[in-house]
Amino acid sequence: MKYINRHWKDKANSTWMLVCTGIIIVLPFVLIIGLYLKSALLFEKCSFIDLIFSKEWKPWENKFGFAPFIICSLWVSILALLLSAPVCLLTAIYLTHYAKSRVLKIMQPVIDILAGIPSVIYGVWGILVIVPFVAKLGNFFGIHTTGYTILSGALVLSVMIIPFILNVLIEILRTIPEELSEASLSLGATKWETIKYVIIKKAFTGIISAFGLGLSRAFGETIAVLMVVGNVVKIPQGVFDAGYPLPALIANNYGEMLSIPMYDSALMMAALILLVIVILFNTASRMYIYRLEKYR
Amino acid sequence: MMVFATLTIILVLLLIIASIIYKGLPALSWDMISQTPKGGYYFGKGGGILNAIIGSVYLSFGATFLALIVGLPVALYMNVFLVKHKKTVHALRFILDILWGIPSIVYGALGFIFMIWLGLKTSLLAGIITVTILIIPIMIRSMDEALKFVPRGLFESALSLGSTRSEISFKVFLRQCIPGIITAILLSFGRAIGDAAAVLFTTGYTDNIQGSLSHPAATLPLAIFFQLGSPVPEVKERAYASAMVLIMIILIISIAARIFSQKYYKDKIKF
Repeated sequence: MKYINRHWKDKANSTWMLVCTGIIIVLPFVLIIGLYLKSALLFEKCSFIDLIFSKEWKPWENKFGFAPFIICSLWVSILALLLSAPVCLLTAIYLTHYAKSRVLKIMQPVIDILAGIPSVIYGVWGILVIVPFVAKLGNFFGIHTTGYTILSGALVLSVMIIPFILNVLIEILRTIPEELSEASLSLGATKWETIKYVIIKKAFTGIISAFGLGLSRAFGETIAVLMVVGNVVKIPQGVFDAGYPLPALIANNYGEMLSIPMYDSALMMAALILLVIVILFNTASRMYIYRLEKYR
Repeated sequence: MMVFATLTIILVLLLIIASIIYKGLPALSWDMISQTPKGGYYFGKGGGILNAIIGSVYLSFGATFLALIVGLPVALYMNVFLVKHKKTVHALRFILDILWGIPSIVYGALGFIFMIWLGLKTSLLAGIITVTILIIPIMIRSMDEALKFVPRGLFESALSLGSTRSEISFKVFLRQCIPGIITAILLSFGRAIGDAAAVLFTTGYTDNIQGSLSHPAATLPLAIFFQLGSPVPEVKERAYASAMVLIMIILIISIAARIFSQKYYKDKIKF
């Protein structure tokens, strides 16, 4: 009797666990299919290529061109990555190869807290500090600007993606075998030469993947960017222009979209584009990282 | 140069916290956190953001609880039942990592679709479900990171003593990894309370304190977002004060996670 009882308990528990695992596996497909079904209306009317490359965004005339939003998103994310990549790489090298373990103990909570701060707080900080700073910077270069620009968005984002990139980078630099740097040092290379020619070279794909992850994180960030980027629909000409990234488009217009079915489906399609881009970036980066970890 | 880069990161964090406190502290008062918005609140009259604090707490507790019900079994399943199927575990981790990377606005849009499809209005329930989906991958992956380091020998000895696999999961693995699991729960809670994009579509906003699951709920991030959009300077100041409340909650959670993980560390069987 006791045995049967335990046996059934085990059966019940494992079924429950299996069902939950099933839900997780199905989830990404539900995401893609759900968004696709919603945006199918738009696919029927216009061709996909037109939608992506058209520059006209006039929802009231049923003209939906996503080009300004996608280009603006790319501007903001790539700029953010360019700003934070060197800082992250140098910090990661410092923490893994130079710093005492005490420094790492101080840095770990710093990274965790940076990762835990909600994006709204980053947005508030952006408005308080970054926007006036960018306005001053613009005036310094002789450009009149309110400060709500692509550069502000990129600056805020560059801080937001630091913890993600840094964590992955530290993990990756730790997978490089100790023997490699020891061999290099024993051949008479200095520590910096070892890092430059052995460690960076060995970890190169991993470092690029870490940046890829950071880029996709930056691409999807909504509220913080929306608060500082200015939200003007046009293709940006320079870093002191206002922009309108893809996630901000979705967040700003959800209230109006119910009234017009085409608009609704256009916004869902924006979400779908975002999802596909992020998944592609993530998949590529993760693949490289897994391959690197396998050789450990 | 490298020290400089590291110092930059620490400085930026301090700058963020300092600037929020500098702006938020003068505007923060007891009324702010103990009252709901009164008439004319959004034009600078009296009241507070209690509705948003309560709404956020309900939302995060609900979502964390649901995510725990779904997430804990998956994390245990991956590490106890699937020990022999390395490839399946790798594939699952891969899927979870991808899900973690999906921006919250996409989850918000999906939650919105389902809400319409099921005929629900913007409500606390819809918000809880959306946020649950958002934090499940985070929770499972963090638990998994802890469970993955349970030594194989412990699993085998429990099995050889005649325990079923579910007993191993809940009585051995769960016990062994309590600090990691509590950290994972607190991490997800912090993410749930801070996320704005996912609740923007689904939870709505209200000035009243939450009464039922089917009503819209106010959330702290959205309260900050809306107040900041106001042209009235007093309301803007309140946004800074609300931001300070939120950052304090996050800091407390983060410190609590650290203390917990150190306290329970003693119960672990060491090898």
